Amino acid sequence: MKSFVPTAIVIAVLAAVPLVVQSNATLNFLVVTLMIALAGQGWNILGGYGGQYSFGHAAFFGTGAYVTSILQVRYGVNAWPGFAIGIAAGAALGAVIGALTFRSGLRGSYFALVTLAFAEVLRIVASVAPITGAGVGTLMTLELGARTFQFQSRAAFYWVILALVAVSLVIAELIERSRFGTWLVAVRENEDAASALGVDARKVKTAAMTISGAITAAAGCFYAQYFLFIDSGIAYGTWISVEALLTAIIGGVGTVFGPLAGALVVKSLGEATRLMIGDAPGLDLIIYGAVLVLVIWIMPRGLIGGIADARKIFGRRKPAAMSTEQVRHG
Amino acid sequence: MAEPLLAVDNVSCWFGGLKAVDGASLSALPGRITALIGPNGAGKTTLFSIISGFVRAREGAIRYAGQEITGKPPHELARLGIARTFQIVQPFVGLSVRENILVGAHLHHRARDAALAVANRVGRDLGLTDMLDRPADTLTVAARKRLELARALATEPKLLLLDEVLAGLNPTEIRDIVPVIRDLCRRGITILMIEHVMQAVMSLAEHVFVLAEGRVIAQGAPAQIAQNPQVVEAYLGHGAAAKWGASHAQ
Repeated sequence: MKSFVPTAIVIAVLAAVPLVVQSNATLNFLVVTLMIALAGQGWNILGGYGGQYSFGHAAFFGTGAYVTSILQVRYGVNAWPGFAIGIAAGAALGAVIGALTFRSGLRGSYFALVTLAFAEVLRIVASVAPITGAGVGTLMTLELGARTFQFQSRAAFYWVILALVAVSLVIAELIERSRFGTWLVAVRENEDAASALGVDARKVKTAAMTISGAITAAAGCFYAQYFLFIDSGIAYGTWISVEALLTAIIGGVGTVFGPLAGALVVKSLGEATRLMIGDAPGLDLIIYGAVLVLVIWIMPRGLIGGIADARKIFGRRKPAAMSTEQVRHG
Repeated sequence: MAEPLLAVDNVSCWFGGLKAVDGASLSALPGRITALIGPNGAGKTTLFSIISGFVRAREGAIRYAGQEITGKPPHELARLGIARTFQIVQPFVGLSVRENILVGAHLHHRARDAALAVANRVGRDLGLTDMLDRPADTLTVAARKRLELARALATEPKLLLLDEVLAGLNPTEIRDIVPVIRDLCRRGITILMIEHVMQAVMSLAEHVFVLAEGRVIAQGAPAQIAQNPQVVEAYLGHGAAAKWGASHAQ
């Protein structure tokens, strides 16, 4: 239970933010940031712990968003079960894509390309299929109230997305300490060696993709509920695939807090550059990109990994002594 | 004679036009150390890969503990009690030594505490206790070989396939690890080992199979094998046995 303490502290601190911050713009910014952190945590389960770099997590985000909004708009389903079904749909899609790609033995860049293709196919289908509203998109009816999962106050939405992020942190924490997590990391490190030790690599990866799909779909469901409008470009757009993997990579792949830290830093950075140099269009994006390159250059294992490395270098001298010994023997 | 734990029957495997294993048969008796030797490129590692499920045999059958296992994937074989080490060690470099062993220990122990206990015990048995928290990529070659062995042992195997665990070690390190292997056998683990270090083969194995060009050309007790002219020829080339015999007769 000891290792849940940091999670509890982080969530408690974040939960207190709306009590201090009243500005709607700031809260809106934080809500979107946490939503990206959630999508990033989904990516992190598969990409960070499992080493399967997906370029198409929009597939899950969009599926969550579309399933929950279509259920509400066209079938009169209540928002809450709609949200749950959206998450389930993301999980199911993860299981299907996982089963297909891992059965064919796709690894590395081939896996990345196929996930990208899945997301693109879904985007194109969603942009023409009548049920998604095709090019017009799906607009949900504004009907405020807890029953319809639509809140007047930004703070309420903030706490909802924070609760979802909290759940995703606990899931990551549990995975890290479970047999499943150990096997998933083993598959990431060396699939052949893992299978020689009794790990069913295909099953482990497919399970990871199922969990991953569910978490990212939850972010999509939340998006739909928060903005009440989606179209194919938003739901299945490349932007969310990139945001999800970027936050996880910047924050630190395969760490519990990586996506959250990454989302906070990346989003703050984007916002800060936009505010400071918003007058020259495009310049903020150039600076934003340059800073991201720098971060990855200095801390290839991301913010959380970088902090751990720094601790090792400044905290203990032992690792240095070991490496000289290795040189001598090797 | 006891029923063999592993029986490889007439197994063949080829890659394109190259016949790597050509109708090879061998068996390993329970609780014994059996060695598989042969010149480079004889197909020893391929045969190991077939037994452990990484490569599919095109012909032939493999029986283990009375059941047909031909074509089963590696993870199922591991569950049945067949563990292997790799000739080129394959540590999970991003993980600590303990975490490496833990992956194997989890096979039969779902709970983290139970698996950790097994990992610590196996680590101690192989003299890795001091290194358990070190990243696997900081280990020396000898320690990596021990780690490879520890990971396989953590799966609690009945049959252990060792692919050149002594290769790359210096004489002192070999002397240190030979008793470890003998001890495993004493604890009831059946061992089939590929080995080039003949001194170790002679002292460890009770039965030796010689593979050359994919075929088993000889088998028997180690002392017998060393005298076999066919084996000498396979290693040293055609006519070598005659010359060798002649020079020794003088």
